[in-house]
Amino acid sequence: MIQLKALTKKYGTFTAVDAINLEVPGGQLFGFLGPNGAGKTTTLRMIAGILRPTAGTVHINGIDIARDPGAAKAVLGYIPDRPFIYEKLTGAEFLRFVAGLYGQDGPVIERRMTELLALFDLLEWRDELVESYSHGMRQKLIISSAFLHKPKVIVVDEPMVGLDPKASRILKDLFREYTKRGHTIMMSTHTLEVAETVCDRVAIIHGGRIRAAGTMDELYASVGAGAKGLEELFLRLTGENAARELVEVLDA
Amino acid sequence: MPEGTTGPRRTSAEVTGPRRSTGRQAVIALVEGNTGTDERTATPDPSYVHLLRPKILTAVSRASRTGDRRHGWRWTIVGAIGLLFWSFVLFVLTRVLTVFRNTPEIGALLAGKVLGLVFISFFMILLLSNIITALSTFFLAKDLELLVSAPVNWLTLYSAKLTESMLHSSWMVTLMAVPIFAAYGWVYGGGLLFPLVAVATFVPFLIIPAVCGAAIVILLVNAFPARRTKDILSVVAVLTAAGVVLLFRLLRPEKFARPEGLKSLVDFITLLRAPTAPYLPSEWVQRTIMSSLNGRTDWLPLYLLWTTAGAALVIGALLHQKLYTSGFTKAQESTQRWVRGRIVRRTGHFLLKPFGIVRRELVMKELRVFFRDTTQWSQLILLAVLVMVYVFNVKFLPLSGAGITFFLVNTIPFLNLGLAGFVLASIAARFIFPAVSMEGRTLWLLKSSPLPMRALLWSKFWIGTLPLLILAVGIVGVTDALLEVTQFIFLVSIFTITLLTFAVAGLALGLGAVFPQYDTENAAQIPTSFGGLVFMMISAGLVGGVVLLEARPVYGYLAAEAFGGVANPMDMYVGFGLAALLCLVCTFVPLTIAMRRLERLEL
Repeated sequence: MIQLKALTKKYGTFTAVDAINLEVPGGQLFGFLGPNGAGKTTTLRMIAGILRPTAGTVHINGIDIARDPGAAKAVLGYIPDRPFIYEKLTGAEFLRFVAGLYGQDGPVIERRMTELLALFDLLEWRDELVESYSHGMRQKLIISSAFLHKPKVIVVDEPMVGLDPKASRILKDLFREYTKRGHTIMMSTHTLEVAETVCDRVAIIHGGRIRAAGTMDELYASVGAGAKGLEELFLRLTGENAARELVEVLDA
Repeated sequence: MPEGTTGPRRTSAEVTGPRRSTGRQAVIALVEGNTGTDERTATPDPSYVHLLRPKILTAVSRASRTGDRRHGWRWTIVGAIGLLFWSFVLFVLTRVLTVFRNTPEIGALLAGKVLGLVFISFFMILLLSNIITALSTFFLAKDLELLVSAPVNWLTLYSAKLTESMLHSSWMVTLMAVPIFAAYGWVYGGGLLFPLVAVATFVPFLIIPAVCGAAIVILLVNAFPARRTKDILSVVAVLTAAGVVLLFRLLRPEKFARPEGLKSLVDFITLLRAPTAPYLPSEWVQRTIMSSLNGRTDWLPLYLLWTTAGAALVIGALLHQKLYTSGFTKAQESTQRWVRGRIVRRTGHFLLKPFGIVRRELVMKELRVFFRDTTQWSQLILLAVLVMVYVFNVKFLPLSGAGITFFLVNTIPFLNLGLAGFVLASIAARFIFPAVSMEGRTLWLLKSSPLPMRALLWSKFWIGTLPLLILAVGIVGVTDALLEVTQFIFLVSIFTITLLTFAVAGLALGLGAVFPQYDTENAAQIPTSFGGLVFMMISAGLVGGVVLLEARPVYGYLAAEAFGGVANPMDMYVGFGLAALLCLVCTFVPLTIAMRRLERLEL
């Protein structure tokens, strides 16, 4: 469903993403982990067709996004980490607009919109301007917009930020059920607990390179011998010196 | 009400739609529902109107707010001022054109020449404005992430963004053009069909610079190194603006006002008949309009306007198709990752040492934020153009030759102070008025720190005032030198402009805190708010008041110099004293009010 081949992104002399090869098959919830500045968001933005890669290719559902961006984007839903919503539109107007971008409207979309808003407790806010929404409500609205057109692939950057525990739980259930039905979700997250409990497979990126990828069991088997959890494994791969440095800073 | 929300919340009884169901069952119902169109095969293609829909809805939402009382009277004031402005332009132009119409031989030629000059200015303003707006609408707008990641056809995106850019850049020129067309149609008896001719001429005239602006931006974003594209573009735009102003000044429109410089009437008529800029659309507009008003419509220029607009659209669209994606990627990469600020930091630390750590860091922060904010760069471009036009116009004032007296030579520089005051006010509106509003998103940090609001306000005051003072004294000094004024007028100018600068800065900062726009992210939008309008009106009153108070002592001095005698010293003390007092009141009172507002502010 998502296929990255030698995907590279350079900013001047700085290489943000360094020849990544990755394949996320249909029906999987894929976790993309890494420390700040590791290249997660840049990768996701290239998959979403917002950034053009310096080298390499991105295939969505078998379609090369560089060759046929319209067709690739039609089967994709993207949730950015810092989403923009038109402040002067109501929640419902915004969702109708997004549906329209994917060529959909009418009673089918109205019904689905109502279901999504109800799921995220936003139904009574549907006709209020977005400017009156809290941060969490905006996040829920954006998530709803990505599911509205039932895309085959969803790419989501830090979905849990700003969500209350109930919405967070609903979202995890939604992700699981959605992937069970053959769809693909690739999400970046810092919440290791979410990655551990929800994702079928994870990849850990650091310095623009994939350091490890596979199921949890595969990761423990390959690089996590003796590790007590994903956190320890993550730190081993991305910065095992952190704890020692912390002590040095505090003692300085 | 959920945390952080401001809107009204309706009761559950008002909620319509399905019974709210949450939890796993609801999720399963949702994902299993056959409400989606999962099996689509064709690529969706949202329409041009659909892309513009959020903008239209936003405009409707904003306009519908005028229904409430508070916004109602604000719009009434804005409308009344606009109407007053229209009436003024219509009145003056009608009088001038009536004189032209009654002048045989050269009257119609002069009317055409004036129209040509007006439209050449419009064309240059539109071109510059479209370059700046296109950068924002095509490459920096926040909705681009949503639109570019959606399956939107490139031509639809281009058309929608071009329309948006054109509307943003052209509305002010369009408003200006209405009374001008009306005056020409009225005086020359254009008839009922004239509005149609005017619209048919004006629409392609707006399209051409819009397409050119977008094309220039697309080329520049692609051509320059990815990093710092926005900054480089701003500098290029400054140079473009300077070139445009120079071109305009080389045309020397004032020579038409001083025909005695030419050898004969024949020479003057020849000058008038010569096209101002034959290859620019402004000349085609002028030829179409004037020929239509003279009853012998010349279709060729109208044909040129429409074919050029059509060709520009096709070329612009092709450029967009080829270069937009790579340009959009480069524009996102242009964020500066490393800032070399060691020398600036050391210099700042050295110069600001006496003010203590808090004030030093505040000042340094203000300077850094200002110079790294690209929205401020477009403001600087406009400022550069404004100052250049101002100095050039003063330089080319016809203040020598027959009939120009000592009195006139010195009165005009004094009245020039009023104009300089307005220039100052418009600069302060752009740079100082938004200062408090721009802290909106960081006020939590400032308010939760031990920083006294007084220190914040005063550091903002000095950061805004010092550059303004240097600029003000600079332009007044230069223009006084160009006009060769007496020493007395020179001193009066410098004294007045210094006090006016403090007063205008105090008013801008104070009123900016009284009418804050904490939610806005773009400083360019703040001066056009209601508070900005109030500031401009009070500033105009202040400038007018100061000029009026000083008029009597200045007149007394000039009369004494011109006709002999001694000026009354009491007039001097009272006039200049009251002017100084007015300026001091305008400096300190708004700042005191602002300080109280900020101290009481609850977030």
